[in-house]
Amino acid sequence: MADALENDQPLLVADSLSKSFGRIAACRDVSFSLYSGEVLAIVGESGSGKSTLLQLLSGQLAASGGHVSYRMRDGVTRDLATLGEAERRFLFRTDWGFVHQDPAQGLRMAVSAGANVGERLMAVGWNHYGRIRDTASDWLTRVEIDTARIDDAPRTYSGGMRQRLQIARNLVTEPRLVFMDEPTGGLDVSVQARLLDLLRSLVAELNLAVIIVTHDLAVARLLSHRVMVMKGGRVIETGLTDQVLDDPREPYTQLLVSSILPA
Amino acid sequence: MTAMIDIADAKKTFTMHLQGGIELPVVSGVTFHVNPGECVVLSGPSGAGKSSILKMIFGNYRCDSGRIGIRHRDTLIDLATAEPRQVLNVRRATIGYVSQFLRAVPRVATIDVVAEPLIVNGMARADAQARAGELLHRLNIPERLWQLPPATFSGGEQQRVNIARGFISDLPILLLDEPTASLDAANRAVVVALVAEKKRQGVAMVAIVHDDEIRHLIADRIVDVTSFAAAA
Amino acid sequence: MNAPAYNFAYLDEQTKRMIRRAILKAIAIPGYQVPFASREMPMPYGWGTGGVQVTAAILGPQDVLKVIDQGSDDTTNAISIRKFFAKTAGVATTTATEEATVIQTRHRIPETALHANQVLVYQVPIPEPLRFLEPRETETRRMHALAEYGLMHVKLYEDIARFGHIATAYAYPVKVNARYVMDPSPTPKFDNPKMDHSPALQLFGAGREKRIYAIPPYTKVVSLDFEDHPFEPYRFNAPCALCAAENSYLDEIVTDDKGGRMFVCSDTDYCEGRQAAGHHGSLSAAPYKEKAGSHG
Repeated sequence: MADALENDQPLLVADSLSKSFGRIAACRDVSFSLYSGEVLAIVGESGSGKSTLLQLLSGQLAASGGHVSYRMRDGVTRDLATLGEAERRFLFRTDWGFVHQDPAQGLRMAVSAGANVGERLMAVGWNHYGRIRDTASDWLTRVEIDTARIDDAPRTYSGGMRQRLQIARNLVTEPRLVFMDEPTGGLDVSVQARLLDLLRSLVAELNLAVIIVTHDLAVARLLSHRVMVMKGGRVIETGLTDQVLDDPREPYTQLLVSSILPA
Repeated sequence: MTAMIDIADAKKTFTMHLQGGIELPVVSGVTFHVNPGECVVLSGPSGAGKSSILKMIFGNYRCDSGRIGIRHRDTLIDLATAEPRQVLNVRRATIGYVSQFLRAVPRVATIDVVAEPLIVNGMARADAQARAGELLHRLNIPERLWQLPPATFSGGEQQRVNIARGFISDLPILLLDEPTASLDAANRAVVVALVAEKKRQGVAMVAIVHDDEIRHLIADRIVDVTSFAAAA
Repeated sequence: MNAPAYNFAYLDEQTKRMIRRAILKAIAIPGYQVPFASREMPMPYGWGTGGVQVTAAILGPQDVLKVIDQGSDDTTNAISIRKFFAKTAGVATTTATEEATVIQTRHRIPETALHANQVLVYQVPIPEPLRFLEPRETETRRMHALAEYGLMHVKLYEDIARFGHIATAYAYPVKVNARYVMDPSPTPKFDNPKMDHSPALQLFGAGREKRIYAIPPYTKVVSLDFEDHPFEPYRFNAPCALCAAENSYLDEIVTDDKGGRMFVCSDTDYCEGRQAAGHHGSLSAAPYKEKAGSHG
């Protein structure tokens, strides 16, 4: 029952978010609520404003208008703009994750895989080498990386392994919300399928809330519960993923859906 | 008796923006209800909108107007106006959908594909797998295939895996979209038996079945959708 | 003063004030790196330009200066800095640790315990302990400001993962006054415990990197470590070959081209003091002869 009550409160709420760069409005009047365990895909072509929106939502960019509020672990909902930098950064390395398209942006490429995963733990005060290493190796197993590679630096890893390592590095502190920016972007199709499958099961197992930016509707279909279609900085259509993809209403969405090459 | 599904005057039109915005009426004035333990079969020629109605009940197609009433945890929810989260909750706890085609999940073992709906609703993995095994066994999927992903199976095998996945859960509403389409006689009989069991458990079902023989075996009531299509 | 062309201690008074302000701020915020307008000095970067500026700014006519390089009073670097101040400030110089009021050092802390009213000035090449893991200065500053020091443990983790123990032997990171993580300059970790609650004031100057930081007297200085891999100062398994000291930091000295070598105190003043007091090591006499022979 406690679960159900908690679920009634959104984890993150975007309220009339806008961002302009000079005269260009990159993001206009975006509002939505995200609940625990919910995966929201933001789809649209390059330049539609989806990456800007992701940065606004994750507090990396200050909005020109509107608010983002987040329900913290203590149950109190806070406006992200009112968080101090220390609080925001703490949130970022504990209760949030951010998976970049380019793993080099999200990993320390010259530091061993074990330390990459362990860093967040050390940042929150873990001070026992053995336990840090055990936890890191446990996470490598969960993302299907051979633990024999724990002391190798990610620059010796393949693209798919790097991306899986980035996921482990983010999930080790058991965040409740993970932002993903084209997580399968630069990968081969077969590697992509494996990663998506892994993400799908981790998301379900950990009851993660995810906001994923992608231009790939197949990724949205496989991972997300809901989609928001963006065009010209605006959300033009939103709904359950299968509704929007099987029964698109807006001309632009219909165009997007009809542009998928049959498998 | 309170109906599990209560549809009133539902309407669906496709607007094809890429074809110059032409309006494609699908169905309108759809009105019928389904009681617990009852199997309603939709009839009518192809293109009459049977599958569309099933998708509207599942919340996959959005309605232009009308009401799709679903009894979900003792309250009536109108799927035509429900929030996405509510629709997801309804699908998780109330409505199951058995389509003709398995949406293949790469790399997941057949037994887990079938057990997943139970695990999602909180059953222990081992128990869920045991029930999945029983169903696969009844549907004549040999045990040596259970650990393989179904993506490489034949069409008939995939469909039976899909049926097992659809029938495994204890959801009070099941939507069946040609569940027996490419099955042999023995397996069709298994499906008929499964439907009968669901009825005894009080499950409300809506089915599309082309095979006249099967239709007679499972249907408690037949709803002809031609009138909905004609009215559109 | 025999070089009237120069101001006392080389630097002009305005520059010294600027440096003193930086020093005062550094003392007020123990372990925090204070930026300062480092000047060109008549020596190359890497030869102690930071330490020299700090010394120049704090030196008074009554001070007695000692300069050591790797513990030794008689290396080129130590001698030239000592002469520099003898010439530009006319201050008394010494090699005896107890007598000095200001000790400028490169890479060592004297073995003789320091006392109050002494100032130890370190020459620092790279003041930022997080630098090798985080190349962005903006980011390391933010990490210090927010006390985000997880990254520092990443370095120690890497050591243990690679070598089975914390292999960092010098520039071993410390936490000062339970707040700032600080690079103690490339002193051996053997010297780290001496920084903790030292009665002397410790000042650190990095000329090229333009940073000054400080440990005020009697300040808590803790070497970072893991619960299951605690900090251990380096231990030697033999005493000094010249003075038989059991717990001083030793240098290896190659004595011939046949693999001969000896281990002697790196702190020459300490070693000589012990020998004068009658302590003798296993090789006290022999190497002197060889040395004389090889140079003869």
